[in-house]
Amino acid sequence: MSTQSAAARLPSNRHVADRLGDRVLFGMTVAACLAVVVLLVLIVVHVVNGSTDAMSRFGIGFLWHTIWNPASSPGVVNANVFGAGVWVYGTLVTSAIGLVIAFPLGVAIGIFLALIAPGRASAVIGPLVELLAAIPSVIIGLWGIIVLAPFMRDVIEPALHNVLGFIPLFGPPSTTGLGIMTAGFVLALMALPIIASLSRDIFLSVPSELKDGALALGATRWEMIRGVVLDSTRSGLMAAGILGASRALGEAIAVAQVMGSGTSLSGGVFGNSFFNTGDTLASKLALSFPGTNHLFTASLFYLAVILLIIELAVNLAAQLIVYRFERRRGFVH
Amino acid sequence: MSAPLDPARPLTEIGGNLARRRRVDRFMRGSSTAAALVAVAVLGIMIATVVVHGASQISIGFLTKDPAVGLGALGGGIANAIVGTALIVAVATAIAAPIGVLIAIYLTEFSTQRFARPIRLALDLLNGMPSIVIGVFVYALLVEGGGQTGFAGSFALAMIMIPLIARASGEMMRLVPRELRDASHALGISRWRTIVGIVLPGALGGIVTGTVLAFARAAGETAPLLFTTSIFSGATTWNIFGQPIPNIPVTILTDSESGFPSDHARAWGAALVLVVFILVGNLSGRAMLARQRRRYQAR
Repeated sequence: MSTQSAAARLPSNRHVADRLGDRVLFGMTVAACLAVVVLLVLIVVHVVNGSTDAMSRFGIGFLWHTIWNPASSPGVVNANVFGAGVWVYGTLVTSAIGLVIAFPLGVAIGIFLALIAPGRASAVIGPLVELLAAIPSVIIGLWGIIVLAPFMRDVIEPALHNVLGFIPLFGPPSTTGLGIMTAGFVLALMALPIIASLSRDIFLSVPSELKDGALALGATRWEMIRGVVLDSTRSGLMAAGILGASRALGEAIAVAQVMGSGTSLSGGVFGNSFFNTGDTLASKLALSFPGTNHLFTASLFYLAVILLIIELAVNLAAQLIVYRFERRRGFVH
Repeated sequence: MSAPLDPARPLTEIGGNLARRRRVDRFMRGSSTAAALVAVAVLGIMIATVVVHGASQISIGFLTKDPAVGLGALGGGIANAIVGTALIVAVATAIAAPIGVLIAIYLTEFSTQRFARPIRLALDLLNGMPSIVIGVFVYALLVEGGGQTGFAGSFALAMIMIPLIARASGEMMRLVPRELRDASHALGISRWRTIVGIVLPGALGGIVTGTVLAFARAAGETAPLLFTTSIFSGATTWNIFGQPIPNIPVTILTDSESGFPSDHARAWGAALVLVVFILVGNLSGRAMLARQRRRYQAR
């Protein structure tokens, strides 16, 4: 947005100080912008740099090999061998569980806030939902250990096992309640406010002529929502889901607290029960970084590289969708 | 959507199809209301848990004394962590606020579309960066060579705060009426004086609230501090450039992992202090922001 008016371009007898001040302020703002870009580059450089030894040693197979053994004493089988398979699995599965719960719930809350609730109720409940995002993850994790884990162990896990127990993913309930499923629930709580507030904003941006038109044609409110609102905002909702996923994929502390630090995939990728313990890329970093020997440290940096690539890809995808969505809507010219 | 309309039937008649459509409508409305209530209920349960477990810990001594020395020792408080968190986040704010405001000035006052887009993208990417990766980065940048310091933690938190402050400030600067800028230009006043004298004061409320919200967010972050300022003694210290500074989030994490009940109790007490601080900061920031917006929209 340019604020330069015709008057400002007129020749004037401005003082040297004015011209200098203009340049200095402009220079400072450019420097601040460049600082952010430089920071991003530095993040990539430093994290990749730290991981080079692990990269050359374990190669791309690091992504799916499941042995993670920091023990360096001689004679131990696979001593000092590292593979991120278990943590990659944990990251993807917990985020998927989180999203399966948070996406429909978040969109439903968005619908409620933007299209159903009376203005005053929405003005109270909206900020409350967003407040959920302000609770620090370490406190959500503490709550997860004390309140959610026993509830999972006693209620959710037995119920899921009884109904879906024929699928190996829903094995016998755990003894502590700490595990993949509990981490997924915690991540759902963290992604929920993001998805809810983004989808509310998207729904509010749907032109009211479209909504009123559908209602005037005799559609019920839900038919209007499904036929007009949801249909025209599909890509925006996808971006909201992806941004929620971005939050879930990168969360470290709360997951480290409630996932129980499991180290193996008993039963393989499709046979490992969701009630088993595990770790994600981020939570493994939180628990083990900086490690106790050189290769261990480099392998942990390698985990950070994987996480960095996932997050950059996910965020770029979301921005691209948002950009297209807004251009189609005419927000960007 | 539904079966073709029979033109012979009166529209007002509530019969088979319409009754079904109304039932579906009511069900879907009900479930979206229920979803909102679930979210609010979870928030309520979470805060209630912290209050129930933490309230018994809170006393003057808890807020003003350092923790008792020794494994699982009883008594003492978290004064060291309160002072430390305030110090670390204050320094982070001192770094992040000027940079964030300058970025906002560039985006609203100077840049063209062509340059604004990549800068916005960079801010979004920094905002989407997992805080644990920022922690790893700052470890590689500052800690590996110089050891843990409170400042390394401040630097990591500043990286989280910059996009938040830049966004909030920019949003409010865009609300400053264009006519004010034009009038200032028409009087022959230079660009930088216009920005410093007209735009910034007009957007000051937004800048302050954006900073308050970022402060509240940074105060609760654990992951960036885990590798930068986590190995600390129990004593209150102000030496932010020389040594790791105790802080509330790491105190909660380590105390909650400890086997001693007294440490658990301290974790809950610290959690209550942190939650109260963050809720107060967040809510007052939001209230200020809403008032600011209304003021401009009323014009």
